[in-house]
Amino acid sequence: MRKCSLDKINLIFAEIAKNAELYLPVDQNDGSAAYKKWEEGTAWSNKLNTVKSPKDFFFPQTEDLMQFKTQGKNIEIVDTRSALQDFVIFGVRACDVKSFDILDRVFLSEPVDSFYASRRKHGVIISLACTRPSETCFCKTFDIDPANPTGDISAWKTESEIFFAANTEKGAALLDKLSSLTEECDDAAVLEQKEKINAIMDKLPLKNLTTDAFGGGKTNELFNAPEWDELSSACLGCGTCTFVCPTCQCYDIKDFNTGNGVVRFRCWDSCMYSDFTKMAHGNNRLTQKERFRQRFMHKLVYYPENNDGLFSCVGCGRCLAKCPISMNIVKVMKKIGGKKDE
Amino acid sequence: MQKITRDQLVSKASELLSNGTVCCVLGWGMGEFDYDVTPTVFNTVEELNNGFVFNDFCGANFSKYLVSKAAKCDGKILVLLKPCDTYSFNQLLTEHRFDREKVYVVGIPCEGMADVSKVKAICGEGILAISSNGDNINVTTLYDENPIVINAADVLAERCVNCKSKKHVAYDELLGDEGEVIESNRFDEVARLEAMSADERFAFWQNELSRCIRCNACRDACPACTCEKCVFDNPNSGVENKSPANSFEEKLFHIIRAYHVAGRCTDCGECSRVCPQNIPLHLLNRKFIKDINEFYGDYQAGEEVGMRAPLVNYTTEDLEPGEVFDRGADNA
Repeated sequence: MRKCSLDKINLIFAEIAKNAELYLPVDQNDGSAAYKKWEEGTAWSNKLNTVKSPKDFFFPQTEDLMQFKTQGKNIEIVDTRSALQDFVIFGVRACDVKSFDILDRVFLSEPVDSFYASRRKHGVIISLACTRPSETCFCKTFDIDPANPTGDISAWKTESEIFFAANTEKGAALLDKLSSLTEECDDAAVLEQKEKINAIMDKLPLKNLTTDAFGGGKTNELFNAPEWDELSSACLGCGTCTFVCPTCQCYDIKDFNTGNGVVRFRCWDSCMYSDFTKMAHGNNRLTQKERFRQRFMHKLVYYPENNDGLFSCVGCGRCLAKCPISMNIVKVMKKIGGKKDE
Repeated sequence: MQKITRDQLVSKASELLSNGTVCCVLGWGMGEFDYDVTPTVFNTVEELNNGFVFNDFCGANFSKYLVSKAAKCDGKILVLLKPCDTYSFNQLLTEHRFDREKVYVVGIPCEGMADVSKVKAICGEGILAISSNGDNINVTTLYDENPIVINAADVLAERCVNCKSKKHVAYDELLGDEGEVIESNRFDEVARLEAMSADERFAFWQNELSRCIRCNACRDACPACTCEKCVFDNPNSGVENKSPANSFEEKLFHIIRAYHVAGRCTDCGECSRVCPQNIPLHLLNRKFIKDINEFYGDYQAGEEVGMRAPLVNYTTEDLEPGEVFDRGADNA
């Protein structure tokens, strides 16, 4: 384990930025935080988390896949990819780090998504333990430990110092480069912080939320539950929950007519939208209830069924904070999952 | 703090359910915390007793829900409307978006609703309980031994700071005292933007709209946006898109939306309330309202059912296009 004084944090940032693009949470003028590229003078946000998750770094909201240029009867296919630089994402919370595992299982299984894979290869993740979780946090429900965030390097911030521990080869190589700014230390201060975090976790209002009622094989039991009607009743059908979610991974591939050719791009899609997975015959989910159910069944039943029981929610709480009508996965889990207790 | 209590509302709603005036109630459902209230349809007195909540976080405008909910009820649906909601109600009726006969409106007084992001800006994360106490709000958090006492006025939602009316323009029955239309300062921020140079104004909107994630929440919550198929959702329209592919597009969406609701927007403020990125979208709409007021005389959409908005009316007094053009040149 290595540490450095927080007074020197900008030197650390500058050192990292010498060899890679560095991104970190920065305060925006509306009072929230967003990942921004670090430049001399950029201040690291104290906020618990960003409104948008860091999934953009590996799976951007829009990206061009290829371009077609037509001339007469000839079509030229152009690879629009440019060479990627190495980049570092600093201050990623434990929940969001876990979301990358969930995305990996989708994009890195055969056939591998080469766009995603190359970003993963070039990215280094420095995570950060959560000292002040929010009432909306429920990462423990998914066995995520905010006191022990994973990633290539784990970091813990105290009042005056920051501690680093490398978890991977990539992380060790980066930490080596910071050796002149950091010093070797024991883990006493980090252990003390972990204890404090654990004590807070025991007080969180959502600490007892369980996934007991969910998981693979539950489709028949849950699909026609009468509760979906009431739960989805007020849903506006906007895409807020899906777009702030670190694990939502659905996308659409579309063609844009440039006038003399076509740019094929992909963009995030939302199962809340009326044209989600629209096919030639029309749409297979005609009501908002069906679209709403899809989102939660995907996270709590279908995904675990296909991924060794792993749920595709990390308990970050973004949908709790941002849904315009305050309907979210916690309310769904309690309503649908609580049935057995009645 | 609200003058009307949760118990008064439950009692009124229960009475109307029990005597058969209405068959269901559109109200506020209890959340996990004291601030995450969900619009909920209650079908029985028992459901009301168990799940109905009314507090400083009941901001959602219920008028638009009537488009989808009113037709589904066998009888009448009871809707509880705050003064600002009643303007949307009338505007929707003007546009024939639901059947007035299917709805029973109880107008309820409103002292202004709180914005939880403003509460969090003061108290931080970890809110365990929020309660009202006169002009104050007490916030219990995970990290503070004693409740934090904040002035309710400091956490009022933007639209309530600039409340335009405490008067209900539609109701079947009113609870509490009727209020008045208010001379608000709601156009001050628009005037500030108008006073900027074109470049400054462009930079302002570029910065704000650059945060847009194209979730469409502004559109989906907007009571003036009730097209059955939005042009931006229609794959055959040529402009359909699910994400802001570039900075032109992210601006285009909001500007087109503002134009489309011009003259129909009642300034209810739902667009800005629901925006996950806190973009002050209401300022675009207020600019149109301010212009309409200046060009055609004061006009408040939704003030009465059946009003003919200046933009869809013709009089010989109307502004000439050239006058608008010259005015734009002055502002450049």
